[in-house]
Amino acid sequence: MALGLTLAACGSKNDSTTGGTSGTPSAGKPASNLKIGLAYDIGGRGDQSFNDSAARGLDKAKSEFGFDIKELEAAAGETDAQKEDRLRQLAEGGYNTVIAVGFAYATALEKTAKDYPDVKFAIIDSADPKVDNVANLTFAEQEGSFLVGVAAALKSKTGNVGFIGGVNVPLIQKFEVGFAAGVKAVKADATVQVKYLTQPPDFTGFNDPAKGETAAKGMYDAGADIVYAAAGGSGNGVFKTAKANGKFGIGVDSDQYNLPALADVKDVIITSMIKEVDVAVYDFISSVKDAKFAKGEKVYDLKAGGIDYSTSGGKIDDIKTKVDEYKAKIVSGEIKVPSTK
Amino acid sequence: MRNLTLRSVLLGLAAPVGALVFAALLCAGILAVTGHSPVDTVDAMSASAQRPRTLVNSLNTAVSYYLSAVAVAIGFRMKLFNIGVDGQYRMAALLAAALAGAAFMEGVPPVLRVTMTVLASMLVGAAWAGIAALLKVTRGVSEVISTIMLNAIATYLVSYLNNPARLAEVNPGSNDVKTPDITAGGQVPGFEVTGSSSKVYGLVFLAVLVGFLYWFVLSRTRFGFELKATGLSESAAVASGVSVKKMVVISMLLSGAVAGLVGIPELLGASHSYSLNFPAGVGFIGIAVALLGRNHPIGMAVAALLWGFLFNTANSLDTAGVPREIVDIMQGVIVLSVVVAYELVRRYRVRAEQHAVGHALGRTKTAEEVSA
Repeated sequence: MALGLTLAACGSKNDSTTGGTSGTPSAGKPASNLKIGLAYDIGGRGDQSFNDSAARGLDKAKSEFGFDIKELEAAAGETDAQKEDRLRQLAEGGYNTVIAVGFAYATALEKTAKDYPDVKFAIIDSADPKVDNVANLTFAEQEGSFLVGVAAALKSKTGNVGFIGGVNVPLIQKFEVGFAAGVKAVKADATVQVKYLTQPPDFTGFNDPAKGETAAKGMYDAGADIVYAAAGGSGNGVFKTAKANGKFGIGVDSDQYNLPALADVKDVIITSMIKEVDVAVYDFISSVKDAKFAKGEKVYDLKAGGIDYSTSGGKIDDIKTKVDEYKAKIVSGEIKVPSTK
Repeated sequence: MRNLTLRSVLLGLAAPVGALVFAALLCAGILAVTGHSPVDTVDAMSASAQRPRTLVNSLNTAVSYYLSAVAVAIGFRMKLFNIGVDGQYRMAALLAAALAGAAFMEGVPPVLRVTMTVLASMLVGAAWAGIAALLKVTRGVSEVISTIMLNAIATYLVSYLNNPARLAEVNPGSNDVKTPDITAGGQVPGFEVTGSSSKVYGLVFLAVLVGFLYWFVLSRTRFGFELKATGLSESAAVASGVSVKKMVVISMLLSGAVAGLVGIPELLGASHSYSLNFPAGVGFIGIAVALLGRNHPIGMAVAALLWGFLFNTANSLDTAGVPREIVDIMQGVIVLSVVVAYELVRRYRVRAEQHAVGHALGRTKTAEEVSA
């Protein structure tokens, strides 16, 4: 939250605005003529994961600025044509600020953005397409994962930890690679068990707590005492298993210790790798509002913010100094965290 | 006689039309109960029907649905349930994409290159379905079970192969994995339509050709007759000298070969590579389309177009504030009610025939009595 405020503050640091809007918007008053369209990936609002995170950013912008918003959602079995149609319908409908949630929109956005030069687009999680009116909002998930890997290695009594990925795609592999690197940086001989719940195009691994339970049980039985769940909604199952077995888990995307939906199992969540898609969405909307739209890639990492680890619950207070040392080294560039195997 | 024809035509139309009307009414009811306006829904759908882009997309979607439905229908006519179309086409699309995008294909003339790609996809689809056929004829494994399991295996295999270490590549900064792009010489250009940013698949004719061959082979060749005969009664087919095992293998191979084509119009016409975003699940939609179209080449085409249109109206519904899930509900209700309606019409027809026969016999008897 503090980070979000910092970033928001950064965004409106210079109050000379050309968009005809006041630099300090008052809540509830329509601030400008922005109309915001959001195209979700499969699952949409309510997926307890990636899409919901984007939705939070949108909600925050709406409640502060009072923009007109429209949310559309992807379906399974789509080709690029349906995604393109979705983006075009938003642009045609007068939505002049359009956010595509997920790399699946890259091809569709490339074709659409060129035809609507006056519309400002953003895409989450993809450095493609490179078009003048597109902002690419990407995250260095490997850096945050490295830090929770460090925490896991320091906290593990068995020297055996686990990684559960929702779906075996390059995006989630970044979490795995960073986590493993973090663990090994602390304890070179530690064991890292790795398991992906599903293979593409089966994306149910992001929202199937039962699969998370089974996978986590296998890891705890095989000697792991901490499991990092980079699996969206399936993480609930991992934490449930952790609680039942007296073990621990690590959350992902938001500070999962504080999520109401996970209140029953929060005691086992020692930390979370925070990826603030909501901050990215909110920042982007603010930037358009303040007429400070910047095209191209904007990387959210430990240095720029948007990626971090959480300490809620106090389970890693004793090692926080050590984790922060690593964090400082990554920020300074002394440690380069790999993102691919 | 003319009466009878008109009547049978009406009876034939009664089931699908009745099912559609029933589904529309039920969906209107669901919308009303959940606080959405059925009128808005119809508005959004008719707005879709007037937008060239949506119509082009609907046609393209229908092309892949139709190929999938024909693949399923070939099995259905033999009483074989090929649930593996999904795995078959995904395997075929991936390997065909890898072949068509490979560097050594650069020098191959376009026509030959496209033909090779299409044939490769058919071979892969047939081979994947062939595993289920072999298991059935040698070990007696139900093709329902084996094709479902082969779908899961295909998912893992595709995921294994669609990897930068093997057939695919990752662009720096992208989170997608895809096979190398098929260059212009390996693509099939689409048809421009005024007012639409999407093009009609160049391979739309492939679907027409497959539909024609399906009709021709089944109704105009000895093989087609034997296939249908085996499907209707295995023992009768055996008695007339048909080798059932051979028929199982051949029809599964054919079904798989057509299944292999499902992803090809999209691959060569639009996406030009197999990526994480390549459409999945079309094989299962084919089952519904084949059921709805009663395995008939024209019926399935109508069903595929309807399904394609419904699928492509979802964005407009979303925009109009109508939950897009209504499309899924509508499709589900249509399939269920069509199956029920066909059964009702069949029973009605049987009863009507019995009645007519009974009536005719009764009258003959009376006539005899009179003459006696």
